[in-house]
Amino acid sequence: MHYTSMMALEVNRLEKGTDRLTGKSMSAQPQKATERAESELIAEAKAGNGDAFEELVNRYERRIYRLALRLVGNTQDAEDVLQETFLKAFEHLPDFREDSRFYTWIVRIAVNEGLMKLRKRKSDRSEPIEDAVDDQGQVMPREFRDWKPNPEQLLSQEEMERVLLDAAHKLPASLRTVFMLRDVEELSTGETAEALGLTPGAVKARLFRARFQLREELSKVFKSEKSLDL
Amino acid sequence: MTCKEAFQEISKYLDGELSEELKRALHEHVGRCAHCKVVFDTTVKTIELYCDGKLFPMPENIRNRLHDLLRRKFHERAV
Repeated sequence: MHYTSMMALEVNRLEKGTDRLTGKSMSAQPQKATERAESELIAEAKAGNGDAFEELVNRYERRIYRLALRLVGNTQDAEDVLQETFLKAFEHLPDFREDSRFYTWIVRIAVNEGLMKLRKRKSDRSEPIEDAVDDQGQVMPREFRDWKPNPEQLLSQEEMERVLLDAAHKLPASLRTVFMLRDVEELSTGETAEALGLTPGAVKARLFRARFQLREELSKVFKSEKSLDL
Repeated sequence: MTCKEAFQEISKYLDGELSEELKRALHEHVGRCAHCKVVFDTTVKTIELYCDGKLFPMPENIRNRLHDLLRRKFHERAV
């Protein structure tokens, strides 16, 4: 394939919000005809219907768990974040004004819970929460060796999960969170800014740095032995 | 386009925020610069790896504990 065609294909997939590996839609709101409308479930849950709230939980619990795990880095803390997120969502559901997606609203709760968990942990060991460099800080690539082909096939699932978590936790939480919301959860720049209390410009600046810092970290694991033949 | 400029534009390109003119310039640069091609390809691959939906599945026992907890809360509120 001509290289420009390949780039066009990549960006097409990224822009359309499809799963980058399977090409399947990753829409936050399932579209099966038999599924009840989210607004209907929210209205019933607000009126005190536990079954309706549980149906909302069923829709998003896996994504919230994955987000929590990527943010806090271990299953025990991720479970705490998951539970606190849905307990708080249940308690505060009457305050949900439905001017944003329900998913964006619970993501905001989950991120706050995750960051609180990290702050508590900070006293135990040195883990950067905030970035030492401002949003204008310069990042330049240092690693130019290509990766081995198909890195996802080089490691077991557990090993790959560990590598990805370790790399993500080399970043300050302020960058890691933006990457997870924008590139993994596919929230828009505006939704991410709203969830984190940032300006859209700050989201873009942090995403830029997060993407390239993660690339540098993963390059240490996946780089090929061969140098580029220039 | 220089390598430094190309690097600055890759992230905007991935967000679909580049003008047609800058897109063409980036394509052209990455097509002839092996270093920037590596940076572009491995950045896309980085995002792909984190987006793999098979990773980080929620264990069934964690799901069960969540639902048990919520049902207790529903019950407390009902009585």
